[in-house]
Amino acid sequence: MKHPDAIVIGAGIVGASCAERLSADGQRVLVLEAEVVGSGATAAGMGHVVVMDDNEAEFALTRYARQLWLECAHQLPAAAEWEPVGTLWVAADDEELDAARGKCAFYRSQGCRADLLSAQDLYRAEPKLRPGLAGGLLVHDDAVTYPPPVAAWLLERARNRGAEVRTGVRVQALEGGTLRLMNGDSLQAGLVVVAAGAASLRLIPGLPLQPRKGHLAITDRAPGFVHHQLVELGYLKSAHGSALESVAFNVQPRATGQLLIGSSRQFGQTGAEIHHALLSRMLQRAIDYLPGLADLSILRTWTGFRAATPDKLPLIGPAPDREQVWLATGHEGLGITTSLATGQILADLVAGRTPGIDPTPYAPARFLSAEDERSSIPEAADVHFH
Amino acid sequence: MSDLHPSREIVVVGAGPAGLQAALAAHDAGARVTLVDASPEAGGQIWRGGHPPSRIAARLLGRLRDSPVQFLRGCTIVDAPKPGQLLAMHDGNPLWLSYHRLVLATGARERFLPFPGWTLPNVLGVGGIQALAKGGLDLAGKRVVVAGSGPLLLSVAASLPLYGAQVPVIAEQASLSHLVRFALGLRYLPGKIPEALQLAWRLQPLRFQAATYPVRAHGDMRLTAVTLRSADREWTVDCDYLACAFGFVPNLELAELLGCTVREGFVVVDNWQQTTAPDVYCAGEPTGIGGAEKAMAEGAVAGLAAALLPEDANSPVSRNLHSQAAPHLARRARCHHFAQVLERSFPLRPELRDLPLPETTVCRCEDVPLIHLEGCSSWRDAKLQRRLGMGHCQGRVCGAATEFLLGWPMQSVRPPLSPVPVRLLAAAALAKADDSNPHPQTRPGQ
Ligand SMILES: Cc1cc2nc3c(=O)[nH]c(=O)nc-3n(C[C@H](O)[C@H](O)[C@H](O)COP(=O)(O)OP(=O)(O)OC[C@H]3O[C@@H](n4cnc5c(N)ncnc54)[C@H](O)[C@@H]3O)c2cc1C
Ligand SMILES: Cc1cc2nc3c(=O)[nH]c(=O)nc-3n(C[C@H](O)[C@H](O)[C@H](O)COP(=O)(O)OP(=O)(O)OC[C@H]3O[C@@H](n4cnc5c(N)ncnc54)[C@H](O)[C@@H]3O)c2cc1C
Repeated sequence: MKHPDAIVIGAGIVGASCAERLSADGQRVLVLEAEVVGSGATAAGMGHVVVMDDNEAEFALTRYARQLWLECAHQLPAAAEWEPVGTLWVAADDEELDAARGKCAFYRSQGCRADLLSAQDLYRAEPKLRPGLAGGLLVHDDAVTYPPPVAAWLLERARNRGAEVRTGVRVQALEGGTLRLMNGDSLQAGLVVVAAGAASLRLIPGLPLQPRKGHLAITDRAPGFVHHQLVELGYLKSAHGSALESVAFNVQPRATGQLLIGSSRQFGQTGAEIHHALLSRMLQRAIDYLPGLADLSILRTWTGFRAATPDKLPLIGPAPDREQVWLATGHEGLGITTSLATGQILADLVAGRTPGIDPTPYAPARFLSAEDERSSIPEAADVHFH
Repeated sequence: MSDLHPSREIVVVGAGPAGLQAALAAHDAGARVTLVDASPEAGGQIWRGGHPPSRIAARLLGRLRDSPVQFLRGCTIVDAPKPGQLLAMHDGNPLWLSYHRLVLATGARERFLPFPGWTLPNVLGVGGIQALAKGGLDLAGKRVVVAGSGPLLLSVAASLPLYGAQVPVIAEQASLSHLVRFALGLRYLPGKIPEALQLAWRLQPLRFQAATYPVRAHGDMRLTAVTLRSADREWTVDCDYLACAFGFVPNLELAELLGCTVREGFVVVDNWQQTTAPDVYCAGEPTGIGGAEKAMAEGAVAGLAAALLPEDANSPVSRNLHSQAAPHLARRARCHHFAQVLERSFPLRPELRDLPLPETTVCRCEDVPLIHLEGCSSWRDAKLQRRLGMGHCQGRVCGAATEFLLGWPMQSVRPPLSPVPVRLLAAAALAKADDSNPHPQTRPGQ
């Protein structure tokens, strides 16, 4: 493609979604990917499509995004392993059950299907959970997917509208709307979308992004072991700790019958190696909730990096002080969920349409204006989830 | 003596010919040695379960028994989180091993290439059927077609009649001219192997078919026959078992996890068998396929060097090490010659790439047929998009196959190196937190 209207840097699920939406608006899109499609955080993350309510803007974005997922779910390829399993938030004690009650009321008031589970309901739903738990909250329309094929599918749709996807092409630097590639070539377009995940920082130094490392482990097949994405509500209690590292119980049934075990978070780490102390804690936490897990086999462990912003909301919109450059990054632990919304909002803004939800909470300008304003951005509570 | 390091702690991974030699040599040179093997028995692929053991095997295994070398059987290394440290699974429990120097003697596995029917029950590896026969598989009166490539075909085919099996045909894919060159090269090989091979060859002249390879295994639930091809001729042979493998693939996973440089499929080592990772040595098949003689020579050099090379790479190598290593270095040189002959003699013919049909399974763990790999650009692309290599064996089998079929180098090893219970990894950190002195777990007392 000689003269693309738009260049998207990064073929993770976010870049793929942007390319798909821009091409639907008739833009001639070129996607540049350093490795292969869906190989960054998109390959490493859990693929839990979930509505979250830590704050209003997060809720609005995740709910809108989940709606978009539900609308296209029937078109996803089998490899996307879409499983509408729902999320089961597990309450260990009465305090957590109270929190679940509040959460349930809020979800319902917003039109999200949710049910409070008594202890009895909980064990009926998930007999493998350890005895003595208080109950839970079942959020019905949440789902699980395997993201890399979704990224490939989005790009296939873009290609069918004339987009071009080049893999193995790393952008080395970004100067205005001009991209310099590793091989020395340069490319230009009127619109450049930076969707390079945590690596976006390398293209635009100074972005308010921090890598947040996570560990995951996948087991051998054990079909029917659990039936929902299981997450502890305990994270609510430790929410305000600013621990540099933490773990939470988070287990996901895969379409293959395997279990994906999370989750951990660490700041200040950049190497991909496994941290055994943390992995052990994470797995022990999972066993605490699901004792039978102890005897399943782990096939592989790996790590991934979330691109975290100070307020835990993504950067979607024009990059301040950079003509032609737009951002679609900073999705932290929710970028699979919010990918479809990101592409839609970005395309709406580019086309001058009014997006389906208010885009201002995600505008990059919130960070990059005046120094004093920046310092007034509140650090979000260290809510621990994906 | 200046070059003795009585406290030097050496861990040797793998108790085959290379590892046994390395452990004994390092011990003789004064090191404290721990030898680990995933199997409950020492001896590696070649010597394990041999009754009676060969003379040389009996000698080495006897020396191991009588030595203070600590042998941890049933001990699988699952991770190498940082220099000087290994995480193992031992009797189902986590075990941390500390070392000053490490010798990798992890051997090789058979290379399987997909063709229609290769996943049928009773289609086994060549080494595989031998191991099963040693383990008591009843082959009396059974017809076993032996096919694939490499000298192992002959030695296994020669041994199968001892278990009462018939071998209707041995199909070697390499051409006769290559094999003649191999036979001529054999005279460079020290030891007994060439004689055994030549004997096998002489014993089975009619049944040995060069330039011949399997194109399809037949049967519904189990194998009934195999179709072979040689040039334009195809014929079908009834059989109960097909023992089929196309040479060896080195077990590089641990070396890769440790960051050792791998070139053209083998671990790069220097004259002292040192890899590019500090304090990590490597011997045997991972440095180049060459059989037990080469493995033993390299193992001895690696064991001595690990025990005696000075910490500081710039200090001179002691005369003691030079003199002790000299005979092994000479033997190693002869074996390397043989390894080169071996490599040149059994090149895989390109026709083997055309054997799998679109629907033929390539990745057994995840049921991925060849056609699903269409449109993928690399191993990682196929893994992420089509689940290639995602299963139980983590690409141990299909990785070598797709490398040959599609030219994709397999990427990326992650812990655990073999599947381990969640319980074990959950306890791993605790097991380490418990150790207060530097090297406690390597000496739990036998
Ligand atoms: C452990 C873990 C668990 C998670 N669990 C969930 C979950 O359950 N649900 C959920 O919604 N989210 C989850 N997430 C978050 C989610 O995975 C990410 O937010 C999401 O994948 C981000 O997608 P992306 O496309 O922005 O980034 P990436 O997937 O990282 O894509 C960026 C792409 O850009 C490419 N690239 C980078 N630099 C360049 C360059 N210079 N030139 C060209 N290409 C470049 C990269 O190769 C990469 O392919 C999890 C994340 C982690 C780490
Ligand atoms: C929902 C889900 C389910 C999964 N299920 C399975 C499963 O069933 N089985 C399974 O095996 N995995 C599974 N995975 C994991 C997945 O296959 C990968 O392991 C995951 O993408 C994490 O990748 P990795 O860290 O292992 O890196 P890899 O996939 O190994 O890729 C790392 C990349 O980085 C490159 N690289 C590494 N180090 C360097 C370096 N120093 N310099 C330059 N490049 C380097 C490598 O070449 C490679 O391209 C699953 C993942 C998800 C999200």
